[in-house]
Amino acid sequence: MGWFKRLKDGIQTKTKFKKEAPDGLWHQCRECNNTNTVKEVTENFYKCPKCNHHIRIGSHDYFDLIFDGKYETMFENLVSKDFLKFTDLKRYEDRLLSVKEKTDASDAITVASGKVNKKTLVIAAMDFSFIGGSMGSVVGERIVRAIDHCIKEMTPFMIISKSGGARMMESAFSLMQMAKTSVKLAELSRAKVPYFSFMTDPTTGGVTASFAMLGDINFSEPKALIGFAGPRVIKETIKRDLPDGFQRAEFLMDHGFLDFIVDREELKSKIDDILTIFERPAAK
Amino acid sequence: MVFLEFEKPLENLYEQLDKIKQIEGEGDIDVKDKVAELEKKIVAKKKEIYSNLSGWQKVQLSRHPERPYTLHYINGICKKFVELHGDRKFKDDKAIVGGIGKINGSSIVIIGHQKGVNTKMRQYRNFGMANPEGYRKALRLMKLAERFNYPVVCLIDTPGAYPGIEAEERGQAEAIARNLFEMAQLSVPILCYVIGEGASGGALGIGVGDRVYMLENTWYSVISPESCSSILWRSWDHKEEAAEALKLTADHMKEFGLIDGIIKEPLGGAHSDPDKMIKMLKAHIKKELVELQELTPKQLINNRLKKYNAMGEYDTVVA
Repeated sequence: MGWFKRLKDGIQTKTKFKKEAPDGLWHQCRECNNTNTVKEVTENFYKCPKCNHHIRIGSHDYFDLIFDGKYETMFENLVSKDFLKFTDLKRYEDRLLSVKEKTDASDAITVASGKVNKKTLVIAAMDFSFIGGSMGSVVGERIVRAIDHCIKEMTPFMIISKSGGARMMESAFSLMQMAKTSVKLAELSRAKVPYFSFMTDPTTGGVTASFAMLGDINFSEPKALIGFAGPRVIKETIKRDLPDGFQRAEFLMDHGFLDFIVDREELKSKIDDILTIFERPAAK
Repeated sequence: MVFLEFEKPLENLYEQLDKIKQIEGEGDIDVKDKVAELEKKIVAKKKEIYSNLSGWQKVQLSRHPERPYTLHYINGICKKFVELHGDRKFKDDKAIVGGIGKINGSSIVIIGHQKGVNTKMRQYRNFGMANPEGYRKALRLMKLAERFNYPVVCLIDTPGAYPGIEAEERGQAEAIARNLFEMAQLSVPILCYVIGEGASGGALGIGVGDRVYMLENTWYSVISPESCSSILWRSWDHKEEAAEALKLTADHMKEFGLIDGIIKEPLGGAHSDPDKMIKMLKAHIKKELVELQELTPKQLINNRLKKYNAMGEYDTVVA
């Protein structure tokens, strides 16, 4: 028996008030339970000062980190719609409405163009807060348009993946976004424009099995969950426990699917290095 | 014969037919009229049942244990066929088969998911769930096709790519992604058919093509209705609803413009007359290959790009 009895049932924080990035005064780390002030965490690149856990952040946080806050978003006019009239426990239409209240992102991916030490880069960054970062038609179309832009301008392209996979509410259309983005990346590759795939926690399902694994350079944040099938599905299928560190960034690096793992603190300088090396010599 | 739940009325009629035929075998009585009448009834019943199938019923048909599988088709389609094994990197995956064959006098590479016909073979084939080496074998064969300018035919029939520890270690996601990427720019024609189940990335991994067709009683979706039910409804009991919501039948897929057409099945489904089904598919492949082989590699690749570029439904608003 506990010392305290809960008097009210169902005390819960409304999702609206839950934020991915800390907004209050204090932040407690999900991994080590250490409590720090939000200021400390923010100044530490949204990482836990004690255990270095990389807190999930949104697309605009990454743009701020990489572009020093100076960037222009693109293709924000493309928005998801419920064209299948998909209804499970909730209507997809209602899901779309309610998610727009909860998050700043206009869909599960946001494209922005900016500069890293004077070198132009286009980034498409995913938001987990938008229906689990799921890939629907808008994600596919924004990536395609970003690639068209990059081919035209000969600008390097980067995707920051953070997704549970395909968006079931768009059924086969979401599946075909895997083909659509991969086919388009083949075009980018033939145009000899470099593509960097940066995977963050979590990157799973159809996103991993399409654009995330197709980078000229594949890299990730430490300890990010990266895989095709979700760990729960695998566990249910094989009916035994999964090894420690399974499907974590370090595991993928060890098995040869990542070029390197980068701490968020080093992210910008690493990208800067890569861009410098890939930079085309000025025409003479 | 195996009868599915909604085929039960047929089972009765077939039983009666068997009995009458038995009597006929014993001599004396003329039962021709009765047989003809029953056969007529069976056809009418079949028409009734099969013209009104729900999404879930089609899913069940696509999994019918007597349906023809990839190797049935290959052996029926190709005059000569040599199966080729292994991805040259790790292993030979039994869930994806492939090789070189001759159809209509021209050489092709033909690849497909393979399910087993009995319990032992089902395990051997891993229920048609491929590991990364299966997708890599498929890619190896496609590259071979490209080198010798042979068209590629892919037969899709899988409940999904295998979710296992080793599959992840060897990069299931990378293997599928690589195939999508490489199939996009393969310089020879690619012709794909969903002959049974078309589940998610595991199906798409050999499913990017110039033309994609579905057999009448098959499905193609981002997720199986069972898994969809368990995730979105948080229970396994809503698979029928999920099958409807996912709009996963050939008719829907054609309506959405995500596939190029539907191949009719014999009345009663592919399993009721496999030989006829195989002949129908063969005729279709022959016709398609003639058309596709007239295109240059550049045209093929450009058309493929355009086709996949156009897939998606969204609104455009004033930002």
